[in-house]
Amino acid sequence: MTSLLLVVSLALFVMAFGAVILFIASLLGPKKQPNPAKDMAYESGIPGQATRETKISVKFYLTAILFILFDIEIIFMYPWAITFSESIKEGYGLYMLGAMGVFVLLFVIGLFWEVKSKALEWE
Amino acid sequence: MKIDTFLIVFNTVKLLVVFLLMVQAVPILVWVERRGSAFIQNRFGPNRVGPLGLMQLLADAVKFLFKEEFAPKQGVAILYYAAPAFALVPAALAMGAIPLASPLDLTVGGTQYHLPMQTFEIGVGIVFVLGVSSLGTYSLLMAGFGSSNKYSLLGALRASAQMISYELALSLSLVSMLILYGSFNFAEIIAQQTGSMTFTWFGVEKSIWFLPNWGFFYNPLAMILFFAATFAESNRLPFDLPEAEGELVAGFHTEYGGFKMLMFYIGEYGHMMVSSLLLATFFFGGYQIPFISPAEVLAFFTAKVGEGNLPSILTALVHHVVLLVKMGIFLWIFVWVRWTLPRFRYDQLMDLGWKTMLPWALGTTVVSAIWIYLMHA
Repeated sequence: MTSLLLVVSLALFVMAFGAVILFIASLLGPKKQPNPAKDMAYESGIPGQATRETKISVKFYLTAILFILFDIEIIFMYPWAITFSESIKEGYGLYMLGAMGVFVLLFVIGLFWEVKSKALEWE
Repeated sequence: MKIDTFLIVFNTVKLLVVFLLMVQAVPILVWVERRGSAFIQNRFGPNRVGPLGLMQLLADAVKFLFKEEFAPKQGVAILYYAAPAFALVPAALAMGAIPLASPLDLTVGGTQYHLPMQTFEIGVGIVFVLGVSSLGTYSLLMAGFGSSNKYSLLGALRASAQMISYELALSLSLVSMLILYGSFNFAEIIAQQTGSMTFTWFGVEKSIWFLPNWGFFYNPLAMILFFAATFAESNRLPFDLPEAEGELVAGFHTEYGGFKMLMFYIGEYGHMMVSSLLLATFFFGGYQIPFISPAEVLAFFTAKVGEGNLPSILTALVHHVVLLVKMGIFLWIFVWVRWTLPRFRYDQLMDLGWKTMLPWALGTTVVSAIWIYLMHA
């Protein structure tokens, strides 16, 4: 409870700190002197198109989806990892090892299939 | 719950001090980076303002404050301004969860306190740090979408794709260490790295007197994988594709200037500090002096200055300095690597993350699990 309160208050404090600094900087700086060329998005000197609808490679979506799959698999290993030594002492270490072996095998098959299907190739 | 004024004051002070520690370390780090790069490239670097040029960054910060306020006209203002403010959050939160010195045992007003020297004590320490530090992606994406600039957008996408790819190798390389420690809690992890290296060899206790009991000596491969992945996580060279200046001008912060850009830098350097602290905690004994346990340091100071609060404070101070030295060594390696290695190509970067580091991390996990089973069963 106390730590949750501290986490939230630190996050809020840091964001407030950032906002205040940005506000102070905007007060201290010289007056805004807009001109059409300055307001344009910088695209190496040519007249910018300044659009968020730029076409982007579908690979980024694929990477994100694969990341979610594999990250969840890795997070499943965390509770297993911290109880493993304990389970060896209590005598069912081989069972734990076997269970994780099956899981890792699935992980490896997934990774192998992913590489094989060229999901990770970037041109 | 009883309201304890001392605890409230202490926690608030800790919260502020740890955050300010991070913010004030950034100018020093930038100075180290600029001087270090200059010496690597046979230049002088900043040496005019103050002794050894140390005041250069203070002057820069003041200059940043007095820059003209600018936001791209076609950008999304709320995202554009939120991104730099949010850039500080992940690093600050992650840093707050890592113990920076040995716990204090104080007696204040007749009450005994056991105060851990971290902003918040979280049982699942490492999981919290990993989770929070990957929030950094959001600030980059906000910057990319908010600026309405093609370079920014591409830089932000590259950055997020690269960060999530290396997140896998990063978290998987820690699994083998977690098998060894059997805990998520940083304090317990550090406490297990006391003294000289002691391990079980086919059921028999063995000890190597000349090596400290550090995680690094149990699994050097995990440390190397972790260290390499943190370079990608904090967008540092050789993995700084998001801001490859030859291709993307300045990547996600192309449209940023003045203090807003400095905030991204604070975030990046904060990320480096968190990575160095994690490395020290997981693989190099945390705040402990090699071979000497915190209890021995405390006994030494108790013998010197007598009972009371003072020995505990001195012990914490010594340990804090030791941790800072360890952190400094890793931060110097970050700088050193940046000015030594060339940048990767994007496909090489993704290949390295997915096809090399991930299988190696998985391999070291499997091997250490089987090894620990054989040694203890």
